[in-house]
Amino acid sequence: MDKNILIVGVGGQGTLLASVLLGNLALAKGYDVKLSEVHGMSQRGGDVVTHVKISDHSVKSPLIEKGEADIIIGFEKLEAYRWLPQLKKGGAMFVNAQEILPMPVVMGQAEYPENIDQTIAETAGSVKEFDAMAIASSCGSTKAVNVVLLGAASKALPFEEDEWMKVIEENVKPKFVELNKKAFTMGQGA
Amino acid sequence: MTKRIMLGNEAFARGAYEAGVKVVSSYPGTPSTEVTEAAAKYDEIYVEWAPNEKVGVEVAMGASVGGVRSLSCMKHVGLNVAADPFFTAAYTGVNGGMVVLVADDNGCHSSQNEQDSRYHGRSAGVPVLEPADSQECKDYMKLAYEISEKYDTVVLMRSSTRISHSRGIVTFGECVEREKIPYVKNMMKYVAMPAMARKLHVAQEKRLNMIEEDAADFIAGEEQYERYLNRVELGDSKIGIVTSGICYQYVREALPNASILKLGMVNPLPKKMIADFANEVEKLYVIEEGTPFLEEQIRAMGVPVYGGKDMFTIQGEYSARMIREAFGVEREHSALEEATGKTDLEDAPGRPPLLCAGCPHKGLFYVLSKLKTTVLGDIGCYTLAALPPTSAMDTTLCMGASISMAHGFEKAMGASQNTVAVLGDSTFIHSGITGLINMYYNQSHGTVIVLDNRITGMTGHQDNPASGRNAKGEPAPAIDIATLVKAIGIQHVVEIDPFDVKNLEQVIKEETAREELSVIITKRPCAMIVKQTNIPRLVSDRCKNCRQCMKIGCPAIEEEDGRPFVVADRCVGCGLCQRVCPFDAIESEEQ
Repeated sequence: MDKNILIVGVGGQGTLLASVLLGNLALAKGYDVKLSEVHGMSQRGGDVVTHVKISDHSVKSPLIEKGEADIIIGFEKLEAYRWLPQLKKGGAMFVNAQEILPMPVVMGQAEYPENIDQTIAETAGSVKEFDAMAIASSCGSTKAVNVVLLGAASKALPFEEDEWMKVIEENVKPKFVELNKKAFTMGQGA
Repeated sequence: MTKRIMLGNEAFARGAYEAGVKVVSSYPGTPSTEVTEAAAKYDEIYVEWAPNEKVGVEVAMGASVGGVRSLSCMKHVGLNVAADPFFTAAYTGVNGGMVVLVADDNGCHSSQNEQDSRYHGRSAGVPVLEPADSQECKDYMKLAYEISEKYDTVVLMRSSTRISHSRGIVTFGECVEREKIPYVKNMMKYVAMPAMARKLHVAQEKRLNMIEEDAADFIAGEEQYERYLNRVELGDSKIGIVTSGICYQYVREALPNASILKLGMVNPLPKKMIADFANEVEKLYVIEEGTPFLEEQIRAMGVPVYGGKDMFTIQGEYSARMIREAFGVEREHSALEEATGKTDLEDAPGRPPLLCAGCPHKGLFYVLSKLKTTVLGDIGCYTLAALPPTSAMDTTLCMGASISMAHGFEKAMGASQNTVAVLGDSTFIHSGITGLINMYYNQSHGTVIVLDNRITGMTGHQDNPASGRNAKGEPAPAIDIATLVKAIGIQHVVEIDPFDVKNLEQVIKEETAREELSVIITKRPCAMIVKQTNIPRLVSDRCKNCRQCMKIGCPAIEEEDGRPFVVADRCVGCGLCQRVCPFDAIESEEQ
């Protein structure tokens, strides 16, 4: 079993927690796992990407390269699009419908691509695009958008519901556990 | 045994803990920062933020002479700052084991250059270890302390962004039980005067030769997990690859059948092992990111290298894909290639990082941009002000350079009415203060602006000597920057809130016009460390679409139907946009 999951978004969206939950789940199940992220500049509203590689043998390179991602979880549409080249043939996309305009677009120096949905639909084996922010908001905090998206993507991952709940309990601050469990369940149903 | 997923940097800290390290002194710098942060969580270790890397290495050296194991961590450019104590500590050797950890940033993810710190280790004459994953980060750290004490040498632990900021499974080991080594006064060892230094240099050369001879027996890791530091993984004899660090992982993934000589220690090189390996394979390749550090030494040994920097770039990071392509390994088409024939999507606009919503620096750079001031800049979050829409920074070189460069600029250009140096509180204390003393002593007429946001922001909010807390999060004395500056003798010192844009503009005009040295301190805490009002702003129908509010570069302000629009869930309610709006057209949502 090899699963390469690319988690992409905009700095501050909580992509890192999503990858840590996935990583710990893989560890608990006895898989080898490597995660790779970049800190620093990316925290300031720049684009962020976390690579998660899970395998029943040993993971070597921590990076998911072009055509190697089984799953891309896009926290923002343009970021999902930017990383689309990494998707494997038949790979699955889970995309938050939110658009966050980058500064060059706000300033009128560049355009937010219009054909994102179409290109993703034509490329991916399967696409689930939905308003994860609205679901997170209905759970009590837009910050839970990461766990909503994980909930949606969990259908393409080899882990059981109770294992997800356990990893949330173990890795989220106690006062936010219930909120995140709810967000996960709502994401599953999205 | 306990297994955890750990960032390479957390694993380094775990290794230091298991090795019984007692003192850590570092200056933050991406990608090295989390080592020190993770070490601070162990009650058994004294951990501090030093004002700069030179101080950090000197503190670690003092602790070593005092008989305990010590560590100092920094990013690659920090090692330049610490090079002075580092190069001579390489002569004196240690008492308690001492490791200097340096994290390089191939690909310049958050740095001003791609410096290859292996050369520092070789030039100083100390062993350099280079782990290839989180487990090795921990294991090599422990081994580094054994080497340090056995051979009486400082050890350089070399990491890189992909090692420091990747997470992998780490199996914990036992903590080393060790007693403090008594301090014995020894002028010949610890006093590096010329007569002693000449002898110390001889001793240093000798121990490096001993390390090279013994290296074949160095083993890292706990019992059943132990591995040789330098090891040959024999496969197909047609291709033999010498590699180390993260490149080992790329090679293993791209060429699973190749023979590999994995170097866990890149200085001194195991010359005999390399020569033997070269004899066993048909074609020898050297795969290393950055400069041809290994390749040139291997070629100098007279060993033919079939492929090295003639096949691979000195620029940026490598990948398994790059190696596959260089060796002509077939790969499957990506989904995008299948669907469109394209490998890339070139129409995705870039997303440069921005100063955060509510960032205190935004007020200052809005004003500097408006005044078209020439800004000699520095290293920190505020370097982002060089980008549009503020575009309010003319230079960035290294920590502290803003002040010294402003002085040189003035000597070249004459006293300008509209030039300032700009740097943060932590950078000012790191190495700005010496430049300011130079300006005072050499009678500059310049203006220096210190952005005091009460924290070291860019690296992820570490405390510093002006923040009022120490590395363990405990209360600590805070240096008052205005008092410090006045103590130099500077007469004109103004403290001001950078969001008070009207008065700030006036102050900058006055101080830059003044033909004397002046310092402006903008005081407002980082938006990430204080509770925000979170009352979102709204653009009302009084808006004349003058777009002043869009000039602050706020991530919460976008355009909708050709007019500025505040995105409520990104607005933190700082109110800067209200202050710059000439028509009073921006309101709080609750109104």
